[in-house]
Amino acid sequence: MLSLLVTGFLASALAPVLYRRFRENFGWIAVIFPLFMFFGFLSRYPEVAAGEVIRESVPWVPSLGVNFSFLLDGLSLTFALIITLVGAAVFLYAGAYMKHYANTGRFFLSIGVFMTSMLGLVLSDNMLLMFVFWELTGISSFLLIGFDHRKESARRAALQALLVTGGGGLALLAGTILLHRVTGSVEISSFYGMSGIITSHALYPAIAILLLFAAFTKSAQFPFHFWLPNAMEAPAPVSAYLHSATMVKAGIYLIARMNHEIGGTPLWQDTVLIAGTATMLFAALLAFGQTDLKKLLAYSTLSVLGTLVMLLGIGSELAVKAFFIYLIAHSLYKGTLFLVAGTLDHETGARDVMKLGGLRRAMPVTAVTAALASFSMMGIIPLVGFIGKETVYKAILELEYWGVFLIAAAVAANAFIVMITLFVGFKPFWGETLLTPRPPGEAPLKMLIGPALLAVLGLLFGLFPGVFIAVMLQQSALSILSETLSLKISIWQGFNLVLLLSFVTLLLGGVLFLVRSRMPERLLALRAPALLKPSAWYEGSLRLLSSLARLQTRLLQNGYLRNYIIVIVVTAISLASFALYRSAGRFVLEPAVAVTFYEVALAFIIVVSTVLLITSKSRLKSIVALGVLGFSIGIIFVIYGAPDVALTTFAIETLNVILFVLVLYRLPRFLKLSRSSNRVRDSLIAGGVGVFMTLIVLYATSFELSPELKRFFAAASLPEGKGRNIVNVILVDFRALDTLGEMTVLAIAAVGIFAMLKLRTRGRA
Amino acid sequence: MILLLALIIGVLYAAGTYLVLRRSMVKVIFGLIFLGHAANLTIFTVARPTKGVPAFVPENALAIAEPFADPLPQALILTAIVIGFGVQAFTIVLFKRTYQTLGTEDLDEMRSTDTLE
Repeated sequence: MLSLLVTGFLASALAPVLYRRFRENFGWIAVIFPLFMFFGFLSRYPEVAAGEVIRESVPWVPSLGVNFSFLLDGLSLTFALIITLVGAAVFLYAGAYMKHYANTGRFFLSIGVFMTSMLGLVLSDNMLLMFVFWELTGISSFLLIGFDHRKESARRAALQALLVTGGGGLALLAGTILLHRVTGSVEISSFYGMSGIITSHALYPAIAILLLFAAFTKSAQFPFHFWLPNAMEAPAPVSAYLHSATMVKAGIYLIARMNHEIGGTPLWQDTVLIAGTATMLFAALLAFGQTDLKKLLAYSTLSVLGTLVMLLGIGSELAVKAFFIYLIAHSLYKGTLFLVAGTLDHETGARDVMKLGGLRRAMPVTAVTAALASFSMMGIIPLVGFIGKETVYKAILELEYWGVFLIAAAVAANAFIVMITLFVGFKPFWGETLLTPRPPGEAPLKMLIGPALLAVLGLLFGLFPGVFIAVMLQQSALSILSETLSLKISIWQGFNLVLLLSFVTLLLGGVLFLVRSRMPERLLALRAPALLKPSAWYEGSLRLLSSLARLQTRLLQNGYLRNYIIVIVVTAISLASFALYRSAGRFVLEPAVAVTFYEVALAFIIVVSTVLLITSKSRLKSIVALGVLGFSIGIIFVIYGAPDVALTTFAIETLNVILFVLVLYRLPRFLKLSRSSNRVRDSLIAGGVGVFMTLIVLYATSFELSPELKRFFAAASLPEGKGRNIVNVILVDFRALDTLGEMTVLAIAAVGIFAMLKLRTRGRA
Repeated sequence: MILLLALIIGVLYAAGTYLVLRRSMVKVIFGLIFLGHAANLTIFTVARPTKGVPAFVPENALAIAEPFADPLPQALILTAIVIGFGVQAFTIVLFKRTYQTLGTEDLDEMRSTDTLE
C-alpha cells in the first residue's frame, strides 16, 4: 500500500508535464491513474470479503512510534473504492471541464495529491501518519478551493476552509498524543480490546472531545458547517469530489474508525448524536433560501453528513447498516449531481436554478443522468437511495426515548432534500424553456461518461444490493462495532410505517418545492442576525486575532531600542530572581582574604568615576571618567595575579579614550533628552539589575569550584604547550581556534570601520 | 573580598543598564563598555581570584605549585576584552557616521534614514 501511495504522489507530480504535452485528451490519460488504483483495491476485495484484515508496516521513525503502517479492512476498503471510483469519474470529467482554465496542469497536480492523501488517510493504521494525510487533504483542498486565485472570494473561502479544518487537524494531533499517554501506542490496531482502559482513564473526556472536534470541523458539522457552502468557489469537479464524495467524509471516517475503542460512552454517543441531528436539520432549513445550484447541493450535502453522524451517534446495528448504505448512496448520487451542475454551468453559463428550465431537448443525456441520480437522492424505489433512506428511518424508529423527535427531524430534513433535488435535478431540464446566457448544447463525451457511470451504479446497487453491498457491509460493521451482524439487505420490505414515512417525505418535499417556486424573492431577503451565525463568529475571531497581533507588535516591536531592552531585562531578571529566591539558603559569605585599603580605595574610585560619567554634561569629562574606570579595573587585575589581562586592559582603554576623543571632542555638550519620569523608571530597573547581578555572583561563589581545569592547564602548559606563561599558552595553543575567531571578529570590525570612514553617501561630499 | 568585587560588579551592571536605556547614542555606547567591564569582572570573580602569584611556570621548574591564579578565566577575559574593543570601535565609528549624516545623536529621531536630510 505504501508503494501505491508513493506511485500516487509521483504520478501527481508528473501531471503538469504530461498536461503540457497531451492537452487535448488529457482526461483519458488522467483517468488511468484512479482506475489503476481502483482495480488495485478491487483485487483485494476477495481477501477482505473473506474477513481478512490486511496489514502492512514500514518503519519511519520507530523511536517515536511513527510508522508507515496501513490497515485494509471492510471500512477502509469501502472508502478506498469510493475515493478511486468517484475519482475516475471526476478526473475524466475535469479533462474537458478544466480546459478553458489557466494552469490546468497544476489543477491535476493538486487533485492527484488530494486523492493520494485521502487514500492514505483512510488506510493509515498509525494515527500520526493519519494526521499527516489529514493535513495534506486540507492543504490540497485549500489549493483547489482557491484555484481561481484572482477572485477574492475564492481566496477567502480557501483560507476559511484551511483554518477551520486545519484547527481540527491540530485537535487530532493533540488527541493522538493524549491517546499515546493512555495506551502507549499510536497504532489504531493496537487499541483493539483497550476500550475499557481508554474510556475509564482520566484523560478520556479530553481525548473524546479533541477527536470529535477534529471530525466535526472536517465533516462540517454544526457549528463548523459554514466553510462548506463557501468552498463552492472551487471548480465543479472539486466540489463533486472533495466537498461531497470524499474529503468531507474524513471526519465521519474518523468517528467510525474510533467508534469501538473510544465510543460507547454517553459523552461520545450523545455529542455525536446531537451534533449530527442539529446539522441534518439546520442545513436542510438553510437550503431553503438558496437558488445557486452548487450552494443548494452543498446544503444538502451538509444535511446528509449530519444524518451520517447522527447514525453513528445512535450506534445500533441497524444504524451502522443505514450509515453504510447511505454513505455509498450519497457518494454516488451527489457526485453525479455536482458534475451535472458543473455541466449546466459549463454549457449554459448560468448556475441560478430560477434561470434554468426546459433544457432536456438540448441536453438529453445529462437530463437522464440527472433524473437517475435525483431519484436516488429523493429515495425512490428501486435506487440505492431508497434503501438508504428506508434503513435510516428504521434505525431511528428503533430508538425508544428520542425516536419521535428524531424521526420528525429526519422526515423534515429529507423533505427539504427532496425539494433541493426537484430544483437541481428536474427544474433545469423540464418545464418551460428559459433563455440562458449561452445557447445550450450537450456536453462533450468526457463530461457525460463519469456522471452517467455513477448514476447507473446507483441503480445497479439498488436493484442488486445483495451482490454489491451485503458483503462489504458485513465487514465494515465489524470494523465499526467489532461484532458481526445478522443483517440482511433487500430493496422491498413490504408495506409498513417506514414506507409510509417515505411517501410523506416525498409529498412534503413536493409541497415545499411548489411553495418555494411561487414565493416572492423579497421574503427570502430576511437574514438571521449576525450574532447567531457561526460564520460571523469566525470572522470576529479572525479580526480579534489580527488586532491582538497589532497590539502586541505595537507593544513589543515598537522600534525603540530601550523598550526592547527593558522587556528583555525585566523578564530575565524576574524569572531568574524567582529561581534565586527559592535557593536563598545557599548564601555563605566568607571573606577568604582580608580586604586591604587599596581595594577599598579602588572601589571608591570606580564608583566616583561611574557617577561622574553618568551625571556629567561635558563629553570630555565623561571620556576621562571612562578612562579612569578602565584603568581602575586594570589595577584590579594586577592585584589578583592577572598581569596579561591588566596589560591588555591598559592598552585597550588607552586606545578607547583616544578614539572617543577623536570622534567626540567637537560635539556639543550632552542634552538632557529623557523625561525625569523615564529617568526614575530606568534607575529602578538598573538598580534591580545591579542588585541581582551582585546576588548572582555571591550565589555562584558559594559553590565549591572544581580545580580540575586549573590543574590540567598548569601541568600541561610546559610539556605540551612549550610555554611558561600559562595564560598565553592557553590562548595560542589549547584554545587557538578561539583566538582565530577573535582575530576574525577584529578583522571584520576593521573592514566595517574602514568602509564607514571611506564611503560617502551618493550626492554628498 | 569577593563581596567587594560583587558590589563593584553590581554598580557596573546598574550603570551599564541605565546608560543603555538613554536616548543619547554616545551614552548607549558608554553603557556597552560598562556592561563589557562588568561581564569580564563577573567571569573573573566567579573563578575565585587569588592575590599575587600569576600563572607562570617558574624558570627551572616543570610545573607551578599552588597557590596560583586560575589561568583559564584570564584567557577567556582576554579574548572578551579584545572582541569588546572591536565592537566598541565599530560602534564609535558608526556613531560618527550617523551623526555626520543625520546631525543628531538622539536615538528617537533615528527611526529612519529618510526623515532627516
